[in-house]
Amino acid sequence: MIPALAIILVFQLIGEVATRSLGLLLPGPVLGLLLLVLSCSLRPALAEMLRPVVTGILGHLSLFFVPAGVGVVAHLGQFRSDGLAVALALTVSTALAIAAGALVFRAVVKRMGGPEE
Amino acid sequence: MTDAALIWSYLTQGPLLWLTATLIAYWLGDTFFRAMGRQSWANPVLCAVILLACVLGLTGTSYQTYFEGAQFVHFMLGPATVALGMPLYDNLRRVRKALLPLVAALLAGSVTAVVSALAIGRAFGLSEVMLASLAPKSTTAPVAIGIAEGLGGEPTITAVLVLVTGIFGAIIATPLLNALGIRDWRARGFSLGVAAHGIGTARAFQVNETAGAFAGIGMGLNAVLTSIIAPLALHLFR
Repeated sequence: MIPALAIILVFQLIGEVATRSLGLLLPGPVLGLLLLVLSCSLRPALAEMLRPVVTGILGHLSLFFVPAGVGVVAHLGQFRSDGLAVALALTVSTALAIAAGALVFRAVVKRMGGPEE
Repeated sequence: MTDAALIWSYLTQGPLLWLTATLIAYWLGDTFFRAMGRQSWANPVLCAVILLACVLGLTGTSYQTYFEGAQFVHFMLGPATVALGMPLYDNLRRVRKALLPLVAALLAGSVTAVVSALAIGRAFGLSEVMLASLAPKSTTAPVAIGIAEGLGGEPTITAVLVLVTGIFGAIIATPLLNALGIRDWRARGFSLGVAAHGIGTARAFQVNETAGAFAGIGMGLNAVLTSIIAPLALHLFR
C-alpha cells in the first residue's frame, strides 16, 4: 500500500513541479494523471501494483470534497445576491453540454458508418 | 462545567475534532444515500455538507477553524485526481476504437459547458471571481478546484457548483437523452461524464455498464480539456 501511495504522490509531485516551473495552464495533479496513464501503458505491471490503492481512493472520491463544500457557509451572502444567475447558468449550460456531446457523438458515428453500441 | 469548557477549548485547537466530524458526517450521508436506494438527489456529499454546516453554525465555529482539521481530507483531492488516470488506462483500447466520435463529442460538450455558462453568467452581470469559479463546474471536483484556484476564482464556491452540476446532470440526463432520441450507450454515457463528472458517471453506471465506462472516460478527458479551455474562455469573457 505504501509503495503505491508513494508512486501516486510522486506523479502528483512531478506534475506540480513541472506545471509551475514551465508555467503550464494544467493543474499539477492533471499532469500527474497523464503520467500515470503513460507509465501504466509502458509498464502494465505498474497498473496492477497501483490498482488496490487507486480503487480505495476512487471508492471514496466524493468524501474528499466535503471540506471545500462546507465552505459554502462562508459564501452564503454571495449566493444570495447571485443565486438566480448562477442557477440559470449552471442548469442551462449543463443541459446544453449533455445534448451537444451526445448529438455530436451520434453524428460522427453515423458519418463514419460505424455501428451503435 | 469548567472541565467541559476546558475540554472544548482543547478540542478546538487541534485537528482531531473536525477531522472526525467530517468523516462521521460523510458516513451518515453515505448511509442515507444507500437507504434512499442511491437516488441522485440524496447525494452523500450534499448531505454531509448540510450536516457539517449546521454543526458549525450551532457551535459558532468559523470555517478557518473547521478547515484546520478538514485540510487532511481536502489534501486527498490531489492524489485522487492522479488516481483518475486508472479508469482511463483501463479503457484505452475502447477509446482508440471510437477515437473520432469521442474527440468530437468531448470538444462539443466541454466547450458548450464552459462557454454557455460564462455567457449566461456574463449576461446577468456576475463578478469576475464568480465567473472564474463557475467556468470549471462540469469538471470533476479535484480538478475543478485546481482550475478555479488558478483562475482567481473561489474554490469553495466551485466545490458547491460542481456538486450541484453533477446532481442536476444526473437527474436530467435520462429524460433529456430520451427526448433527443440518443440510443447509443457510448454517446449517452460519454456526454453525461463530460457534462456532469463523477456524479453523472455514477448515474450512468446505474443505467448501463457501457454507459458507465464511457462516462468515466468522458470525465477523465474533460478534466484535461477544461484545464486548457477554461482559462481561454474566461479570457474571452473578460
